[in-house]
Amino acid sequence: MSVLTLLAAAPGPITPTANTFTAPHVEYRALMPMLVVFGAATLGILVEAFLPRAQRYWAQVGLSLAGVIVALGFVIANHGMAETAAADAVSMDGVTLFLQGTILALAVLAVLLVAERGTAAVDLDAFAAQAASAPGSGGERAAEAAGLRSTEVFPLMLFSIGGMLLFPAANDLLTSFVALEVLSLPLYLLCGLARRRRLLSQEAAMKYFLLGAFSSAFFLYGIAMLYGYAGSVRLSEIATAISAAPHSDVLLLAGIALLAVGLLFKVGAVPFHAWTPDVYQGAPTPITGFMAASTKVAAFGALLRVAYVALPGMRWDWRPVLWGVAILTMLAGAILAITQRDIKRMLAYSAILNAGYILLGVISTTAKGVSSTLFYLAAYGFATIGAFAVVTLVREAVPGRDATSDADDVPGSVGGEATDLSAWAGLGKRSPLLAACFTVFLLAFAGIPLTSGFTGKFALFTAAIDGGAWPLVIVGVIASAAAAFFYVRVIVLMYFSEPLADGPVVVVPSPMTTIALFVTVAATIALGVLPQVALDLADKAAYFVQ
Amino acid sequence: MSSFPWLTTLGAVPLAGAAAVAALPKEKGELAKRVALAFSVATLGVAVGMATQFKKGGDRFQFTESHQWIKAFHINYGLGVDGIALVLILMAAVLMPVVLLAAWNDADEAQSAGKRSVRAYFSLFLLLETMMIGVFAATDLFLFYVFFEAMLIPMYFLIGSFGGPQRSYAAVKFLLYSLFGGLFMLAALIGLYVASGKHLDASTFDFNTLANAVASGQLGISPGLAKALFLGFFVAFAVKAPLFPFHTWLPDAAAESTPGSAVLLVGVLDKVGTFGMLRYCLELFPGASRFFTPLVIGMAIVGTMYGALLAIGQTDIKRLIAYTSISHFGLITLGVFAMTSRGQSGAALYMVNHGLSTGALFIVAGFLISRRGSQLIDDYGGVNKVAPKLAGVFLIAGLSSLALPGLSSFVSEFLVLVGTFERYKAVSIVATTAIILAALYVLWLYQRTMTGPLKAGLEGMKDLHAREVAAVAPLLALIIGLGFYPKPVLDVVNPSVKTTLSHVQKQDPAPAVNATQTLPKVDSK
Repeated sequence: MSVLTLLAAAPGPITPTANTFTAPHVEYRALMPMLVVFGAATLGILVEAFLPRAQRYWAQVGLSLAGVIVALGFVIANHGMAETAAADAVSMDGVTLFLQGTILALAVLAVLLVAERGTAAVDLDAFAAQAASAPGSGGERAAEAAGLRSTEVFPLMLFSIGGMLLFPAANDLLTSFVALEVLSLPLYLLCGLARRRRLLSQEAAMKYFLLGAFSSAFFLYGIAMLYGYAGSVRLSEIATAISAAPHSDVLLLAGIALLAVGLLFKVGAVPFHAWTPDVYQGAPTPITGFMAASTKVAAFGALLRVAYVALPGMRWDWRPVLWGVAILTMLAGAILAITQRDIKRMLAYSAILNAGYILLGVISTTAKGVSSTLFYLAAYGFATIGAFAVVTLVREAVPGRDATSDADDVPGSVGGEATDLSAWAGLGKRSPLLAACFTVFLLAFAGIPLTSGFTGKFALFTAAIDGGAWPLVIVGVIASAAAAFFYVRVIVLMYFSEPLADGPVVVVPSPMTTIALFVTVAATIALGVLPQVALDLADKAAYFVQ
Repeated sequence: MSSFPWLTTLGAVPLAGAAAVAALPKEKGELAKRVALAFSVATLGVAVGMATQFKKGGDRFQFTESHQWIKAFHINYGLGVDGIALVLILMAAVLMPVVLLAAWNDADEAQSAGKRSVRAYFSLFLLLETMMIGVFAATDLFLFYVFFEAMLIPMYFLIGSFGGPQRSYAAVKFLLYSLFGGLFMLAALIGLYVASGKHLDASTFDFNTLANAVASGQLGISPGLAKALFLGFFVAFAVKAPLFPFHTWLPDAAAESTPGSAVLLVGVLDKVGTFGMLRYCLELFPGASRFFTPLVIGMAIVGTMYGALLAIGQTDIKRLIAYTSISHFGLITLGVFAMTSRGQSGAALYMVNHGLSTGALFIVAGFLISRRGSQLIDDYGGVNKVAPKLAGVFLIAGLSSLALPGLSSFVSEFLVLVGTFERYKAVSIVATTAIILAALYVLWLYQRTMTGPLKAGLEGMKDLHAREVAAVAPLLALIIGLGFYPKPVLDVVNPSVKTTLSHVQKQDPAPAVNATQTLPKVDSK
């Protein structure tokens, strides 16, 4: 926790007068969710170092699950909290708590998916046996033959989750930056750990890292500019500085622009989206699901806070820009998704499209806008994790069809994921239940009534029209129509096409994926049919504390 | 108004049936058919029971139910029917057992080929019936939208899973067109909701509240916004109806689906479009409706003629019937937007009659096609020599479709044309020529398929058997019955039409001297 406490002291110009060090007061209760997750992550590293290999897997799974569930419990116990903590570095308000709760709930499911190792009959490990061995090398073969398992993914995930919890809560830009890095760095690594198509996976990790590092640099530079303008990195003080001197200032405008690049990169908005399809495709699918759902929640939380707490005085300047970004994001997401032949890439463009929708909520600058954004993030997160969970179960029937894999000589192994759309033909006949699950998620993405996606879109569009952004809603509607085409195409493929002769097999997972699938389907339908409880929760949570 | 939840019961019976049929084991196909039929007959029973409780002079909306659903958006589970909705629900309830009987063996082949199951086919039909009842019974706009969209899903699977060779293409085209239209409606719906929040005490989706607020001027939406919102709703309904130029999905969908699905698609689903125009477009946006009337009338008249002309040129029986429907939907829209009580009563009656006559036509065409295995007109000829009953039924259904006096469609078509004539004389005169074209396409179709020398390959064609007769007999009885005595339907429909017209603030034009005696006394009450 040294990072946090150091940071807590950091904001504000440092005055060299005081020689004595006064330890900042730390509100442990408010910080508990983050402390628990970071603590579990640190323990995870110790487990990795000291426990014998055979016991690590279960220890890590137990530790990770316990960590996120306990943290979730603390978030729930903190409900209604409205205070800043750690010397005002972190603000624990409704938005933070709602998003932290969402992230942790999604994290529980993501941990279950990541922990999936298959059953006695099939091996479903998504991660490289030994990350350090080069693809196709003797070392890799030896590691696989020895049955090694990557268990370092669990502490990495926990660190990332911890960063995600901090990101939307950060009340000053420096804390934001640290959170951004803590959430991103483990993700870069995790993206490169795929067991199959390792080169693709490593390429994705490299791409993500390079572009991510660039965007972080932009973000940091933006912070510097804003500090130059306002003399503080505290969000509320930036807001005060803006209201005191309402004229535009180069430092201010440039700072906002650079900050926006960093944030829009993380949410995957056009024109900062280029990494999304490649990374989503290359990363191990459980990680893709985790990343697509939770990172988006955290990043939109941070975007909301910066826009609503620090920059409300500049909304006439940043709103037109976000209008443009939202329009581009929705249209590009929808149109490019149509041309995709790979299911993971298609879902990636669908994620871009959804980022465009969520921007509508950010743009509306009303309490309704905030609450609809919160609700949509939760609805979208569950459906996304579920959709990627389905992807992990549809496998090539012929092991070793993917050239870079050497897994075919391991007994009990199946092929890699059959992500080419053509392979999904006739899935409805092969495995009606799985196809039905996937259909639910696709219908939710397409915004068909009685699914969570519809309720969410409805809330967002209502907020946007309320805020006067009706042209955006028109674009959103047109994008939805285009999007319906590619979602429906997959449904057609699954139900109305004949299965390929050498088509994929649908593997039976261990209870972990089954639980995750069940929960996501149930949440997707529940948030569509009876959304009142969640909507109320989001409504009550739509307040900020500075 | 009784406190018994008639409408919920009515919707729940087929839903329970769908679940029961789906739960049967796959190999019990015959049992699935019987169970489905029993549930559809039970639904019809409930519907008739409800209709007897409908008070003609009573409140506009009867059998109302209202329960809070999503509080945050002021959404209620609100049900209730006016006269028009009641007759349309009755029509749907009548058509369903008929369709099930007619579609008895449609899915057998698919099941024996191991592809799709009989129970799925019949279960989807019943699920669709629930949605159809819901969409007509909803008085909450949001609930209406939910049914409007959800209705697509079972229909989509019915077309896509059980139709002809191009069924997948047709199903996707159908779904995408409908979704596209529906999304515009969603945008307009949200716009209306937000606008209602600005003018009323609270945002609402309740149709009655909105319509009354509009009528009393309390909900004063600016004309520009009202026009935009009108277009949002109208596009959705025009795609659904379908109105020229949004019609191109219908011939594909109707030709590729099984005859049973086609009956429900054209007979009931598409009626939601014209029903929606009459209830939602006109009453919620009266000013905008008046503004767009010339455009809509233009689309309607073009559609009427265009559908009729294309029908003449078709070589595929089911496509032909689909194009005749496009022509008829043009006429219905004409009646709705003529803004006269005769025109709108005629349009409402036409919705029912078109469902019955086109339903009969599709079903008989389906019997014919199932015997020969071809949809091409050229493959038939002289059928009346081997199957006189089939030919006779086909003729009656066809004659009803061309609006022969004495058959039900005549009354409604006449009312529509007279109602239009009162306001737009030239339009009415042009539309009347569509009747001549109708005679051409129906009689020529009959001539080519049923008369003349027997085509090779049709020897030994079996005539209608008992189940098939049972399927069409109720439709023919209604077609002839309503042709001679349409008063029960008109009596129920007229008060609703009056309310609509008063909300649109249109009076009937003063009748010309001497014209009064010759017009039928529609507004007898």
